[in-house]
Amino acid sequence: MVAVNPAPPVLSLSHVSKSFPGVRALHDVSFTLYPGQVTALIGENGAGKSTLVKILTGIYTPDEGQIEVAGSVRHFSSPRDSWGAGIAAIHQETVMFDDLSVAENIFMGHMPGGRLIDWRQTRAKARELLASIEADFDADAPLKTLSVAQKHMVEITRALSHAANVIIMDEPTASLSRHEIDELFRIVAQLKAEGRAIIFISHKFDEIFRLSDRFVCLRDGEKVGEGLTKDVTEPDLVRMMVGRPIDQVFPKRDIPLGQTVLEIEGLSNATEFADVSLSLRKGEILGLYGLVGAGRSEAMQAVFGMSEPTKGRVTMGGQELHIREPIDAIEAGISYVPEDRQEQGAFLPLGIRHNITMASLAGHVRNFLLSRGSEQSAARSLGGRLSVKAAHWEQSLGELSGGNQQKVVIAKWLATKPKVIILDEPTKGIDVGSKAAVHDFIGELAEDGLAVILISSELPEIMGLSDNVIVMHEGRIAARFERGKGSGALAWSAEAIVAAATGAPVAEHAA
Amino acid sequence: MSIFLKYREWVLAAIIALMVIGISFYAPAFGTLDNATGVLNDTAFLFMMALAQMIVILTRGIDLSVAANLALTGMMTGLFNEVFPDLPAIVYILVALSIGGGLGLINGSLIAFLRIPPIVVTLGTLAIFRGMIVVIGGGSQVNTSDMSATFLGFPKLSLLGLSSVFWIALAVALFAWFFLSMTRSGRGLYAVGGNPIAARYCGISMPFQQLLAYGISGAVAGMSGYLWVARYGVAYVEIASGYELTVIAACVIGGVSIGGGVGTVAGTLLGALFVGVIVNALPVMQVSPFWQMLISGAVILAAVIINARAEGRALKLILPEARRAAAQAKR
Repeated sequence: MVAVNPAPPVLSLSHVSKSFPGVRALHDVSFTLYPGQVTALIGENGAGKSTLVKILTGIYTPDEGQIEVAGSVRHFSSPRDSWGAGIAAIHQETVMFDDLSVAENIFMGHMPGGRLIDWRQTRAKARELLASIEADFDADAPLKTLSVAQKHMVEITRALSHAANVIIMDEPTASLSRHEIDELFRIVAQLKAEGRAIIFISHKFDEIFRLSDRFVCLRDGEKVGEGLTKDVTEPDLVRMMVGRPIDQVFPKRDIPLGQTVLEIEGLSNATEFADVSLSLRKGEILGLYGLVGAGRSEAMQAVFGMSEPTKGRVTMGGQELHIREPIDAIEAGISYVPEDRQEQGAFLPLGIRHNITMASLAGHVRNFLLSRGSEQSAARSLGGRLSVKAAHWEQSLGELSGGNQQKVVIAKWLATKPKVIILDEPTKGIDVGSKAAVHDFIGELAEDGLAVILISSELPEIMGLSDNVIVMHEGRIAARFERGKGSGALAWSAEAIVAAATGAPVAEHAA
Repeated sequence: MSIFLKYREWVLAAIIALMVIGISFYAPAFGTLDNATGVLNDTAFLFMMALAQMIVILTRGIDLSVAANLALTGMMTGLFNEVFPDLPAIVYILVALSIGGGLGLINGSLIAFLRIPPIVVTLGTLAIFRGMIVVIGGGSQVNTSDMSATFLGFPKLSLLGLSSVFWIALAVALFAWFFLSMTRSGRGLYAVGGNPIAARYCGISMPFQQLLAYGISGAVAGMSGYLWVARYGVAYVEIASGYELTVIAACVIGGVSIGGGVGTVAGTLLGALFVGVIVNALPVMQVSPFWQMLISGAVILAAVIINARAEGRALKLILPEARRAAAQAKR
């Protein structure tokens, strides 16, 4: 249990649950924040951390349970209620107004003055707050002239302007340099000394141990551990985060691997990834694991021609490819199903047939013209194979349910008859039942002789489906794992894979 | 993109029919065959210009420079005619198509390669094109007396009571329908406007589609420029001033979505016909010229509002019985 704390709690959550259709995002989560403490909120991607933050900031209302602030029960129905209760969040990607001044950003939504803004007071108050955290820029500076770290400081100042007693920091160090992180930690220490409670979300264990007093660990929407940070070690936390026998969840299909289809050597670009090499065989499912923002999608998009790499070679069937645009990749037999299938894949105003054939129109040209008959038969056979539920094949995609839209987008990529298919987070945002169907389908693709690159941030999915796993960390390959093989830091185990993804040093032996 | 009209287009067609009947009661002269061909001849420019504009709007763009392009190309073709009189009319048409297409490609290049928003580029070229008319024309106009017989004669030819301009507009419509429904590039226009990111993943090149769209838009505007100048027998800086707005209104009334990716040839033609009927009916109804602009503006706005409401989110068909009903209706 938690050590007895003399001060009364600033905030406590009791038995909070939240479900979305088909997904249980949070279940019976309780914890308490005390003044002057930093609580690390840890868990894998999809463990429920962001849902929890959204509940605390009034974006979601919980289905069950209650939130108490300074001893009284509060109901948040909008972010405004949450500010009012003294809770402020600093987001991963700062959401602010680039063309306005620092002072305007700090006080947006609650400018001093009545009907007219009192600019003198706005500036004076902003300067005072900035001085209190020893910021090195002026309240009049346009926000766009600031660095990311300075923007974080503006957000912190914004939180202070709300007299926030609870400050939530969601991966605040993700894009900061070492020096900037030190500066941020100095401010956190100051906020702590002032008696504020801080929720700190990070994937970096060194930061968690350096900064936090307590931790709360979530997994699959449930609280699976909490305590004092000084009482635990890194492996303890990893075990808590992963904590389940993964191999049983997905029965892996036994598919004999064929000859090498795709080889990537030393792929790099200026700022996103470096030295990415891999090879892929017929029938293989290669898992690409890493934290969000590890450069996996960026590297694979370069293979697909969405951006141009500065270095490296891509060969298919022994022939070097020169991919400048996606059309080159499609013609070489590579498909890429993007992460946000609706935003990046669906043509909502167009019909199902037009959607399905959009990436393979060249194959439907007869005598220089598109053949309606050929398109229709492709739509029928692929739509049927993926059991798209629609009234007819000319129905516009906007009229289909989200799940069926996704199937159409996948059908579009199968219509290009690829040899290699890159799936970017194929189960993101879909419910448990559909997930199983997608997993089954991925197995089927491999069985049909496709080579699959599976980018996923969900460890059970990666370990359940893949023959091999490559882990990326900060744009580089951190480790390679082979199903059921390896030992020590490179053993086929959840702990080793997570450790590699979080940047723990891996001795590069016996890859 | 089907030959058959969509539901909304039937509604627009019905509204136009009701309007014609209503106006004919009020002013019987309007209901005659003679007048009907007159309206079609008068609206011929709007038909083709609206179709070209639709092609641009499909890509999420807009071409505000079409009327200025029409005027500039008209002037240049007129000057060309002064230097090379008595060539067959087809030569003047080809010259106008090339000049207009070239001007359109300037828009297209600025938009596709420098990534300047279409509204900014075409607003700029609108002013430049108009300005150039003064520069190349030396500030004077080209009059009927400066034009050769072959140059002037073509737009006055007619077949079955319909002018050659109308028949050209019909040819443009057939070309547009064919191009949009039967070719890869035509489909690409719907793709880049419907979802630019998804189109990129599909290997469809946005710059190419933009060049194509603005090139076509410019070529059609240029050809209209020759026909306009020859038909009305004069080229000067002010011709077709503000006409781009009528063209865009016709598109919007015809159900072309300013958000891109949505629009049909039939709908756009009906939108243009709607505007044409209004513009022709008001003088027949002896509405004072001072009121004509106001009324036609108000009616156009009303049509757009009705259409915009129709464009509200279509309900998804999730219930199995709803899907069956839709499938039944399709048959």
